[in-house]
Amino acid sequence: MSTNEQVEHAGGTTITFVKVWMVLLVLTGVEVLLAYEQVPTLIMLTILVGLSIIKAALIIAYFMHLKFERLSLFLTLFPMLIFCIVLMLIFLGDATRIPVMRPPV
Amino acid sequence: MSTQASAIDTSSPWAGGQSPYAANSKKFGMWLFIISDSLTFSALLFAYTYSRVANPDWPKPFHFSPSIIFASIMTFCLLSSSLTMVMAVEAMSHGDRKAAFKWILGTMAGGAAFVVLHLSEWMNLINNEGVTPAHNPWGVPLFGATFFGLTGLHMTHVIIGLIYLAIIAQAVIRGKFKYEDVEVAGLYWHFVDLVWMFIFPLVYLMSARI
Repeated sequence: MSTNEQVEHAGGTTITFVKVWMVLLVLTGVEVLLAYEQVPTLIMLTILVGLSIIKAALIIAYFMHLKFERLSLFLTLFPMLIFCIVLMLIFLGDATRIPVMRPPV
Repeated sequence: MSTQASAIDTSSPWAGGQSPYAANSKKFGMWLFIISDSLTFSALLFAYTYSRVANPDWPKPFHFSPSIIFASIMTFCLLSSSLTMVMAVEAMSHGDRKAAFKWILGTMAGGAAFVVLHLSEWMNLINNEGVTPAHNPWGVPLFGATFFGLTGLHMTHVIIGLIYLAIIAQAVIRGKFKYEDVEVAGLYWHFVDLVWMFIFPLVYLMSARI
């Protein structure tokens, strides 16, 4: 346990992390409650995905420490990822047509 | 931030390719892996969503008890294990190897609880609901294929994470490995947690039987 092992640690205290953890738990609870409400599927999907993205952002920013990294790291990694995921969604329109095109049994 | 990186001139990202991210190569490598792995999981989540939209009679096999309760507890386990992993990294940054070792063990306990709960949830689906990768009683075989493919790959990641953390933990307590090694393991573990944050609502909550 040498002292020269200590590293400078920018950002994020224990209290911050516990707060983030609690927010994540609360958001999960909201999601579970929402699943048992009579909400139209599309609205429910939108809210669930929205909450999930918020949760993911919290995990990436605080737990994965990206908030305290260089902006260049974020810019290298994430715009490409988001772009590729959005590209996948182009095909989703096809899925809505398949039930209509299926010949009657 | 490693001590190595701080020795290099990082005044500008454009200062001649000298550590433009001010991150060590292990950390950057793990980030690249995480981004590419995110695309794999996105594709599988997309395949599940596509099949679901294309089949109006998509089954809703998840009863509140046990499936949704188990899945919620699993979410709690993973979120809490992420917190303990952050604590392990924090302890390691102070050079406190014993505390870091204990926090990593706590993280592994959360991960192990997740795997046990998930397997029993799988067994419930296979034995009580009759779902297999190719067949199920509701006549939409794609449900089993996409469900087991997606959750199976995630569970594989958790199990690999447990092995990874075990290797890190034994090295930490024996005085080997540095702060950044624990931090990089933490990045992987948080990613596994993050993926579950999408699988849980999209697969379980959207198909909860009310």
